[in-house]
Formats: sequence, structure tokens, C-alpha cells
Amino acid sequence: MSTIPGKTTWVAALSSSTNSDKTPDPTGPDGQPPDEIMPVRSDEQIVRLRRLVREKAVAQGLSLIDQTKFVTAASELARNTLIYGGGGDVHLYTVRRNGRVGLRLEFVDNGPGIADIPRALADGYTSGNGLGLGLGGAKRLCDEFEIRSVLGEGTHVSVTKWKPF
Amino acid sequence: MERIPILRMGKLLLVTIQVDMHDRLAMTLQDDLTSRIVKDGAKGVLIDISSLDVVDSFIGRMIGDTAAMARVLDAETVVVGMQPSVAITLVELGLALPGVRTALNVEKGMALLTGTAPL
Repeated sequence: MSTIPGKTTWVAALSSSTNSDKTPDPTGPDGQPPDEIMPVRSDEQIVRLRRLVREKAVAQGLSLIDQTKFVTAASELARNTLIYGGGGDVHLYTVRRNGRVGLRLEFVDNGPGIADIPRALADGYTSGNGLGLGLGGAKRLCDEFEIRSVLGEGTHVSVTKWKPF
Repeated sequence: MERIPILRMGKLLLVTIQVDMHDRLAMTLQDDLTSRIVKDGAKGVLIDISSLDVVDSFIGRMIGDTAAMARVLDAETVVVGMQPSVAITLVELGLALPGVRTALNVEKGMALLTGTAPL
């Protein structure tokens, strides 16, 4: 592996994360059926989700770095769904907006919910015994991040990675 | 039960992680490694992660904790072969693995542990 392509990728990674599109999704996948639904109820299913997300990201033509970031984010969020949400499902969507194509994952659980979302998003905060990097870290690794939670009803986290033009 | 093999070479323990580890498997490896350090009187641990295309906060923490445990047990740990995309992702995630020695490949990692210049 030569150093020059590595350096170029760094620049690409930096610019894609600073130019990321944070505006709310005008079209959204609402009403669109998911391409796939994966259960997240065990450690092994987190591994299977990582594999599936990698496959989808490769198929969509995301760069190796974007693939890795998105798979890592999926792994963090799936673990949250399993540990804090008591298990749930992940819905995978192919989304399109303004001629761009992206991959969206929605993590849905019927767990206890999150009382203080800003605090849950802060690095280093955990209600369990993790590092407290999962939610905030996953947010940094994706282009779009949305979280909704109702106490006693559950949590819904949606993340999207767009393929750059 | 599924396990990641640990090889002994003199005073060193070598681990090559070649499967996408689920969390329990990562914890089993940590337990096995610390036991083997004591049992074999190992002075060095080399963990090759070149086959891992994802290291999330759980596996990252396992690696960092294992290095810290090894140090307390009088052994040095070197993590080798991290893919560039994994390195970028880990740092962005917020896990820069402070206190973990790294080398680009197995050869350089072995040189670090044995104190000899790489070939």
C-alpha cells in the first residue's frame, strides 16, 4: 500500500464529514417499505448486521472509508438496541434525494426509552458500563442522524450515509 | 465453544484475529490472553488485527483493556496491522487507543517486542 492514495483518502474523508448534509430529509423513506429487516437480539446478530451493511455499502459504491464508518456506526447502534433497548429490529433502506443515493438504517426498539437525549449523546456518558461513545460516535460517523425516544415505549434511531457525487 | 487461538513463541504470545468477533468472543479472548500471560510467563503479546475491517468501541475497548491488563501482568502488548480505514473510523468514533503500542505489521511488531531492529 503506497502512502499517496492513503493521504488522498484522508482529505476526502475530512471534506465529506464537514460538508455533510444535516438538513431534514424532505422526501424520507416514510411509506417506503424497507429493503430488509434484521432482528437484533443477540451478539451474533450484530455481526450479521455488520456483514449485511457492508454488503449494501459496497453495492452502493461507497468508498472504503465510508463503508467502514457506516458499518461501525451500525455496530454501535445495534449494540445499544440490544443492551439498552432489550433487542429490536433494524430496517435497511435505499434512499434517494436530489439525484443522490444513500443508505439508511433505522434502529427500532420497545425498550425503556432515553430520558435525556442530549446527555445520552454526550461522549463519556453511559447508563450502563460501556464507554459512552456509541451514540455520539455513531452520529459523527454518519451524514444524518435522528433520534426519537419515548419513555416506556422505546427508541428509534435513524442514520443515513450518502454516496458523494 | 468458539475461540480465537493463541500461539506461544518463546516468551511471546501471538494472536491473529481472523473472524468478525461478536462481543462474547472478544471477552473470551481477553480472558484467555490474560490467563495465558500468567501461565506461560509471557513478556510480550502481539495482536494482529489486519483481517479486521471493523473495530467498534467494544472491540477497541477490549484491545485497550487487554493491553492495560497485560502491562499489570508484566507483559508488553503491540497491536499490528490496523487498516487505515479502521484507524480513521476509530479516531472519529472517539477511541484513539491511548496506551496501546502499535506497529504497521507483524514483523515490525515482533521487532518492537524483542527489541531487535526489523529486517
